[in-house]
Order: sequence, then C-alpha cells, then structure tokens
Amino acid sequence: MSFMDHGIIELEELTSIGHYPSEERMRKGPVAVAECLQKIPCNPCESSCPFHAITIGEDISQLPCIDFEKCVGCSTCVTHCSGLAIFILNKSYSDTVGSVGFPYEYLMNFKKGDRVKAANRAGEYVCDATVKNIVLNEKSDHTAIVTLEVPIDQVDEVRTVYRERSK
Amino acid sequence: MKQAEVLIIGGGPAGLSAAIEAAKKGCQVTIVEANREAGGQLVKQTHKFFGSSQHHAGERGIDIVKTLIRQCGELGVEIMTDSVVAGIYDGKVIAVDHQLSLTEHEFIRIQAKKLIISTGASENAVRFPGWTLPGVMGAGAVQTMCNVHHVLPGKKILMIGSGSVGLIVSYQMMQAGAEIVGIIEALPHINGYAVHASKLTREGVPIYTGYTVKEAIGTDHVEKAVIAKVNPDWSLVPGSEITLDTDIIAIGAGLKPLTGMAYMAGCDFVFDKALGGWAPAHNKHMESTVDGVFVCGDTTGLEEASTAIEEGTLAGLGAAQSLGHVDEKTAEEENAAGWKRLNALRSGFKGEERVIAKNKQLREYEAYKGEEARA
Repeated sequence: MSFMDHGIIELEELTSIGHYPSEERMRKGPVAVAECLQKIPCNPCESSCPFHAITIGEDISQLPCIDFEKCVGCSTCVTHCSGLAIFILNKSYSDTVGSVGFPYEYLMNFKKGDRVKAANRAGEYVCDATVKNIVLNEKSDHTAIVTLEVPIDQVDEVRTVYRERSK
Repeated sequence: MKQAEVLIIGGGPAGLSAAIEAAKKGCQVTIVEANREAGGQLVKQTHKFFGSSQHHAGERGIDIVKTLIRQCGELGVEIMTDSVVAGIYDGKVIAVDHQLSLTEHEFIRIQAKKLIISTGASENAVRFPGWTLPGVMGAGAVQTMCNVHHVLPGKKILMIGSGSVGLIVSYQMMQAGAEIVGIIEALPHINGYAVHASKLTREGVPIYTGYTVKEAIGTDHVEKAVIAKVNPDWSLVPGSEITLDTDIIAIGAGLKPLTGMAYMAGCDFVFDKALGGWAPAHNKHMESTVDGVFVCGDTTGLEEASTAIEEGTLAGLGAAQSLGHVDEKTAEEENAAGWKRLNALRSGFKGEERVIAKNKQLREYEAYKGEEARA
C-alpha cells in the first residue's frame, strides 16, 4: 500500500527518502516539511522561499527538496504551495510540547487560544491541542496558517483540526 | 454581414488566451461565448494552480480569469456573451444565436478570416439503477451551482471518481459546508493528484479505491447510495456492498473534448484515451487540417486550464502569423517558447502519456496533409 492507493502518506514514505527533518533539527526550532511525494509540474514553493532552502530545479516536476539547515520555518512556502502539502514542525519549546503549523482554507469554528481536537493524516482524532496562532492576511491569499500546540510525541502525526463526521 | 478578422468560439482559458495573443499582434478579435460570462471553467476554480511563475502558478483560477478578461478589454477584444454558435458554413461564415432575454433572441451571421475553436469539454455520465433520481448530477454541475450560483446542492455528497475533478470539487464542497460521505474510484488507485487526495483524507473523507456505485435509492430524490467492490473484470464482488446516506451523487467520471464545432468545420480527428477520446489533429501552430481553422484547449484533448492557456496563446499567435501580422522569425521564436512552457506542464504524473498523445495528433496532421497533397 502506498499513498496512491488511499491518499494517506505514511511517515516512513517521507523519512525513507530524506524528506523529513531529523529529531535534532526539529528540537532546534521551526522547520518546513513538504509532504509532496508525487511528481507534479509545480514549483511555487521553490520560488517563494526567501532563504533558497527549497530546490526543485529546471524540471519543475521534480520533488521539492528542503535543505533543513537553511530552512528557518518562516512558513512563506506554506501558503504558496498549491497542493496545501507543506507543514511547519517545531519541537523546540520543551521536552513535552511541540507545534504543528498547517494550511487551512475552511471556515474556522475556533480561534486563537481555544482547545480543539487534532487529527492525523487519515483524519483520525489523535490528541487535544491548543490553537497557538492563526495567520490570515493579505499575503495569505485566503490560505490561513493554523498552528496547534500539541504533545511533542504527536508533532509527527497531527496535520489538521479534527472534523466531526456524521455516524 | 458582421466581419471578424479572428473569430474565437468559446471564451474559456484557451479562447481568452488566444484572443489576447492575437490582439497583441494587431488582429481584430471577436469571441463568441455561450454563457452569460466568459471565463469557462476558470470562474469555478477557487483552488491555487500548479505550474511555475510562467503559468500563473499559485494563483487561483477565479483570479486568473479576471486578469485574462481585463487584458482582453485593454486590447479591444470584443466578447459576445449569451451567444451560441449554431453553424459553421463554407468560407468561414458562422451563424450565432444571440439570447437577448428569456424569450427573445436574434440570429447574427459573422464572416471570419480565421477561426479558433476552443469549446472545451463535456462530462461523461455513469449509468446505474436510480441514476435518473434528482440529486444525481455531474460534478461540474455541483461546482457550478455552488461556486457560480452560490447554492449548495446537498449536505451529504457521494463523489464518483477520484480524478482531479472529483477531488477538487469534493474539497470545494467541504469548504462550502457539505460533508463528503465518500469518494469512490473503480481503479485500484487514486486517479488524480495525490496532494489533492491528502487534503481530503486528513479531514476524514474516506476514499474507496476499487469501488463503484451499484444503485441510488430514494423516492423522489437520492437518499442512499449502494457502493460495491469491483473485480478486475469489472464485475461486482458479491457481499461487498456498503450503503451510504447521501443526498447528492456527484459524477466526476472524466470528460471528453467538445468537438461539434470542429466536426462541423471538417477537421480530421485522432482518437487517444489519454486525451479523453476523439480530438482534432493540428500542427505546432494549433492549426487544424482545415486551413485557417485553429483548435486549442480541451477541444483538442483533455488537459488542464494551464495547458489550455498555453495552447490558446499558440493558436492566437498562429492566427496572427497566418494573417501576416507577425514576421516569421518572431513567430517561430515565440512558438518555440510556447511549446517549451507547454512541455513543462506535460511532465511528471501522467505527463508522458499526454506528450505521446499530442505527438500523435501532430503526426496525424502531417499524414493527412501529405495525403491531401497527393490526392
């Protein structure tokens, strides 16, 4: 099974090709991860990065490669990614708390400071979280960046706010 | 009779881009558009586009269309809306049925020097017991109701098809407040871009690969859908049925080129599954086998709005060149640059099969013209 069978990327699919920052790097501060594993002709992440930390190259269908040492986690690429596939991970706060920033284009029934439920890549509830920040300004072009504070061992799992479904 | 130096049938991304390019080169351009507003599918595309900075990447379709229509206005392109082309006659005379009001309309004849056909595509249907119940509709119709007319057609939507249309429309319906009860895909894998699928799975949308719809159930509208697993020979797996509560079954089962105008003009056609079926052959200037009739966008093979924009630009350039508005050297250089931009979009996932299919169209043009010359 791979992400093309069901749409859900497994963490190993990212780590095995070096597309995931190391534990050590995430402990130092915010860093971007592009959960983009299919060759598509697209490169706004590369051209938007003010630190030239993302490389795709002349063939725009190559996968984005993020230099995790150059990346400062500024999140410019998050709103430029047309696939909404870039996340900002941070495990630098303490030994117990981390954060996950993600693009969000739905109506928000939460605000900064609220306690919400957090979901993983499969949309399953994984833990409770606090809305640490919401960035939505003119530059965002209607793509908000929501940052959730989560238990540090859930940073690799949480990717959005949990959505209740009927039945 | 009304005159048009370049007459464009269909004001979607391809037609608007063709108009801009031809007008930039000094052509007098008229677009005939069937809908109330030009823009084609772009007016519904609220998502950000792929590509590079050369292809409006990162911009939303609804914003790209504003730029294109503004450019048309600045360049003096005439856009006739509510106008359906009813016939193409010899000598590039076209008949237009112009809707004036709900009950009144007028027929206009236009004499064109060059014709550009950019009529887009139409949705494929899927037939199953209960498919005539209200609530079963094309995914494009769902998107039009919601994004153009601001009416949410239902609250619990089942999407048939995991191609780009199925995934993107599902996402947009969730943004509008509907729940997607599931996306079913008869193939064993997701048919569209994986990032579009991941956006939905992390919101809890189940994607059933290897499933098809067995029937729609309801008295006067859809209330339930029964889905079932398909065997490799497309028969249903007994006992695999799942019943889902739903009020809309949206069909996103692919599209095919809308080619009536190109048939009427007498263009030669090529079949290719990768491009959605039969589509008119053309040369590198997007000129069909009928001299002075150009084709571009989904009409000549199902792709995306970004490729339609590039093909439209090539067609507009080709028409301007054939009218003597641009010198050959400039035209050749700009044509080559256009193909380079197009080829960049025809790369990666499903890119190669489209390049092969497009090359087939180009070869068919040469073969047809060769035979014509010998005859």
